[in-house]
Amino acid sequence: MRVDLSWVDYLIMIIYFLFVLGIGWFLRKFMKNANAFLEAGRSMPAWVAGLAFISTNLGALEVMGMTGSGMKYGMLTTHFYWIGAIPAMIFLALFMMPFYYGSKARSVPEFLKLRYDEKTRALNAILFAVMTVLASGISMYALALLMENVLGWNFNLSLWISALIVLGYTYLGGLSSAIYNEVLQFFIIVIGLLPLAFLALKDVGGWVGLKAQLAPIAISRGFPADTFTTTWSHTGQATSNPLGVEWYGILFGLGFVLSFGYWCTNFLIVQRAFAAESKAAARKVPLIGALPKMFIPFLIIVPGIIALALSHDPGKGFTIPADAGGGLNYNLTIIMLLKQYLPTGVLGLGITALLASFMSGMAGNVSAFNTVWTYDIYQSYIRPRTGNEEADGKHYLKVGRIATIFGILLSIASAYIAGKFGNIMDFLQTIFSMINAPLFAVIFLGMFWKRTTGHAAFWGLLLGFLMALLHHGLTIPAGATSLVKGGWIASLHTYPVEMAQNFWTAIIAFTVSTTVTIGLTLLTKQKKSDEELTGLVYSLTPRTIVDKDLPWYQRPAGLAILVGVIFLVLTIMFW
Amino acid sequence: MVDIRIPIGLMFTIVGIIISVFGFVTISNTEMYHKSLGINVNIIMGILMLIFGLIMLFFAFRKKKKA
Repeated sequence: MRVDLSWVDYLIMIIYFLFVLGIGWFLRKFMKNANAFLEAGRSMPAWVAGLAFISTNLGALEVMGMTGSGMKYGMLTTHFYWIGAIPAMIFLALFMMPFYYGSKARSVPEFLKLRYDEKTRALNAILFAVMTVLASGISMYALALLMENVLGWNFNLSLWISALIVLGYTYLGGLSSAIYNEVLQFFIIVIGLLPLAFLALKDVGGWVGLKAQLAPIAISRGFPADTFTTTWSHTGQATSNPLGVEWYGILFGLGFVLSFGYWCTNFLIVQRAFAAESKAAARKVPLIGALPKMFIPFLIIVPGIIALALSHDPGKGFTIPADAGGGLNYNLTIIMLLKQYLPTGVLGLGITALLASFMSGMAGNVSAFNTVWTYDIYQSYIRPRTGNEEADGKHYLKVGRIATIFGILLSIASAYIAGKFGNIMDFLQTIFSMINAPLFAVIFLGMFWKRTTGHAAFWGLLLGFLMALLHHGLTIPAGATSLVKGGWIASLHTYPVEMAQNFWTAIIAFTVSTTVTIGLTLLTKQKKSDEELTGLVYSLTPRTIVDKDLPWYQRPAGLAILVGVIFLVLTIMFW
Repeated sequence: MVDIRIPIGLMFTIVGIIISVFGFVTISNTEMYHKSLGINVNIIMGILMLIFGLIMLFFAFRKKKKA
């Protein structure tokens, strides 16, 4: 499975590294205080923050995983990009962003502090900080392993070099540098993967040819002939599609709980919108991100589906290497496709695209980590503000920079732990991924019901998280071989596939959290006055429409309609 | 602050030139382009990137002049 690169490929990669570091270098002189470093001075134009918003999400594990999922589940994978993202992004833009941005909170935990109380913030800040470090460590490990296996690079060397490059530009230019580079990385990912999607589709005879080749494969697996090229058609029963989930599971589990939990409350993502230059720009950020988001499946999922057809065509000589368990290592699908189709030159571009996706994901983690650490942990518990704004700004800038170094070092450490104790890391990541669904319940109730109290929010968050854990400990997906997948307390229920278990874990977390928060709110007293909640809660915030004179495409509502229409057209086209 | 379109434009212009020149140099190497179905993707992608880079630079400098 080795891919051989020539000097041109390396040259392209090196030019990319130089530009990435160069952007950090040019921005360093603007980093005069913590506000510039951690919040990009709230000065980003909507389109820049919007592309960064989508690029952060497009990490290496996402790209590799989604191409692999395309090969496993076919077009059904697009649910993660369409129903599982677009409605949540529209909701975030139109209904949540005014309160997030208007609150002047610098992070999601700080929003919890303003809306609720200190303990709710502390709980979220600590869980979030741990989760980001774990996530970046795991993706770093995966990337270095890939570079070792496929390109023959030294594992330690690629781990440290890629980490140091990310450290270099985030240390120098902070969030501005992370965002600017994410925009650059976005274009590299798209342009680098474009020739692959084009050549692969041409090779199988276009969409029509692909459908014809996939039909016998679907039938041989006991599915209807067009299963791999449709999205909703065969979701009437869980057993008639490879995803193993029914339409209502997809709609509620993925389309509502998981996606709203991820897109509306994950600080990693939302931070990009916080950096926008105005409230109106912040509201446009998720919508501008949604536009390319809807078309990314054609670059990363469709090639995965083509890989399925290729692997059944002996004439193509296309195979996916096996993983340690003897099954196919689906994560390598995109690399094998790059190797199959791209000659020297564009091959370097394709590999650079993968490296870019890794860096955009990791820089996202690091820049979110240093903000939460500096503002929500250090400034709240270790050294509060002194009142001297200028000295404070300098001091927290220094802290933010040190936090950046520590964030990267901790990620490197967790990458090595992931290498030694892979299962433990997978397990921890599964656990920490459960914080999003309860968080959405709590933030949503906070924004739209002024009565919601701090005590209720805290317990809603905690119990929702613990119930998700309990559910994970009591159920297993069919065929699970390790306790990491669930059932570590007892196995009371078996899900047909892991995906179904994930969906239900999130649904339970959300339901418990909502019920507990509502119940306790009715039993406790609201300690915040209406004045304190102005700007944070829907009913207490005066609505001012400022964009009446703008053309429709510059208004959030107009953009939302455009995004909604494209989403509907795509859904119907690939129904 | 720096206009992000300048570094993006510069990078794609440089990489676009390198890849398209490499494509023209290897134009007769049919074995190399056998993978990509006989299409010289380097020339196509190189020129595309060059155009994209120049468009980015054009807009960046047009804005600078205005300001």
